[in-house]
Amino acid sequence: MKKFINAVDQVENQMIMGMCKAYPQYVKKLDCGNVVVRSNKKEGKVALISGGGSGHEPAHGGFVGEGMLDAAVAGAVFTSPTPDQVYEGIKAIATDAGVLMVIKNYTGDVMNFEMAGEMAEMEDIKVAKVVVNDDVAVDGSLYTVGRRGVAGTVFVHKIAGAKAETGASLEEVQATAQKVIDNVRTMGVAIRPCTVPAAGKPGFELGEDEMEVGIGIHGEPGTHKEPLRPVDEIVDHILDKILGDLDFSGSEVAVMVNSSGATPAMELFIVNNHVADVLAEKGIKVYKTFVGEFMTSLEMEGFSVTLLKLDDELKELLDAKADTIAFKA
Amino acid sequence: MVSNDKVLSILLEIGEKIEEEKLFLTELDNVIGDGDHGINMARGFDAVKAKQPMMEGKDIGTILKTVGMALVSTVGGASGPLYGTAFMQAGKVMAGKMEIGMEDFLAIMDAAIAGVQQRGKSTTGEKTMLDAMVPATEAMKKSFAESGDAKKALDDGLAAAKEGIEYTKTIIATKGRASYLGERSIGHQDPGATSFTVMLEVIDGAI
Repeated sequence: MKKFINAVDQVENQMIMGMCKAYPQYVKKLDCGNVVVRSNKKEGKVALISGGGSGHEPAHGGFVGEGMLDAAVAGAVFTSPTPDQVYEGIKAIATDAGVLMVIKNYTGDVMNFEMAGEMAEMEDIKVAKVVVNDDVAVDGSLYTVGRRGVAGTVFVHKIAGAKAETGASLEEVQATAQKVIDNVRTMGVAIRPCTVPAAGKPGFELGEDEMEVGIGIHGEPGTHKEPLRPVDEIVDHILDKILGDLDFSGSEVAVMVNSSGATPAMELFIVNNHVADVLAEKGIKVYKTFVGEFMTSLEMEGFSVTLLKLDDELKELLDAKADTIAFKA
Repeated sequence: MVSNDKVLSILLEIGEKIEEEKLFLTELDNVIGDGDHGINMARGFDAVKAKQPMMEGKDIGTILKTVGMALVSTVGGASGPLYGTAFMQAGKVMAGKMEIGMEDFLAIMDAAIAGVQQRGKSTTGEKTMLDAMVPATEAMKKSFAESGDAKKALDDGLAAAKEGIEYTKTIIATKGRASYLGERSIGHQDPGATSFTVMLEVIDGAI
């Protein structure tokens, strides 16, 4: 394992401290643990908290600030944060309007955030939650815990965050967040795995000419391996899966082409070149496109494509002001 | 009857046993989960050990609640909230009590099972720790009702828990990350059912 770190047990803490030292105008760290909150707490609006394991930077701390999140909780790399960590975050940002928890759909994340929510409710803090499950690669049948939450989560942060800034109630912000979740779909592939510092070796193996299809964001293998193909064909497959899952015909969409960490902007733009062409051909209008690193998996080489079906409300909230480290609008 | 001091020493012994089984539990989890069950549980029981001075001389309810809080705040993942909830619910049953008998222990198991079911939104047959906890508790209840012998009941409970582990090998996981494997999860035993059985084995050995 080759990484620019000091010690595996200091990775999360030193990452958070470095982030706060770089961007004190946006975020500050709570003394109690790896939780970052908005530098300037805004009263009177619903506060948003999200988080999960570390290793997805800039998610989630990079999305803390005006128009998006009020707090982000960072667990150990790819491990859910504990309830007391989340609870400290909730307490720090709580307003009279309440707190919305944006949770990615993993068993551990859901349980730890729910427990934190129950602890907060005992302190008379109003708490609601949404669970993001945008990954079309894994089976969302009755026989699994449902689809995973991946890059589409960033659209939930953006749009629910904007809704909260309008002074909407907790129920309204929750409903808008759920509307995003109902209309967002993502799928990813990878050509090189990542190494969790504490594990010291990659989460899966890939041959020189292979790719992992339906990759998750925790170094876990995807649904299957395939020979690497020209990226336009890979994009065709991803869009087939996404468009086959939700009816996007005739609608306007926001597109996110997200790097898993090591895929350069050059390749992301090549991906988007074909995404845009396919959508145009199918009569799906691209309202806005975002290309870059939003929800990474350490140094994994891969990308995901996310489509969000928009209506007038979602368009307006997508365009509303956001000022965070990693997302500005 | 078992004293509060004895309960604390059994809990610390469970921690030692989990540490011993750390790699085994992690390997089981590697196959069908995300490969951290043993590491996470060992970290949790390290935190329990660190709280030993706070638990000495306290009532059993406080001891169990302290263990639950320590697990919840250090284990992470899914096992943290599940075992944490189980111990905290058990603590509620024993609030203020300085001694525990077999009837109390059965009430503890009922409360722990209810806590795990509610927290995990799960039931038996889903390849989880419940597949060891529930049959073990049923066997202990039946055995204790028939014989009134606590030791025999614990022996029978442990045997049922072990059968429960074997049962998890035969079924598809429908909860947790193992659920994405579908039929590929058959043939592998559940790490949570295994760690519960490790705990019960220590309890049985100590009585």
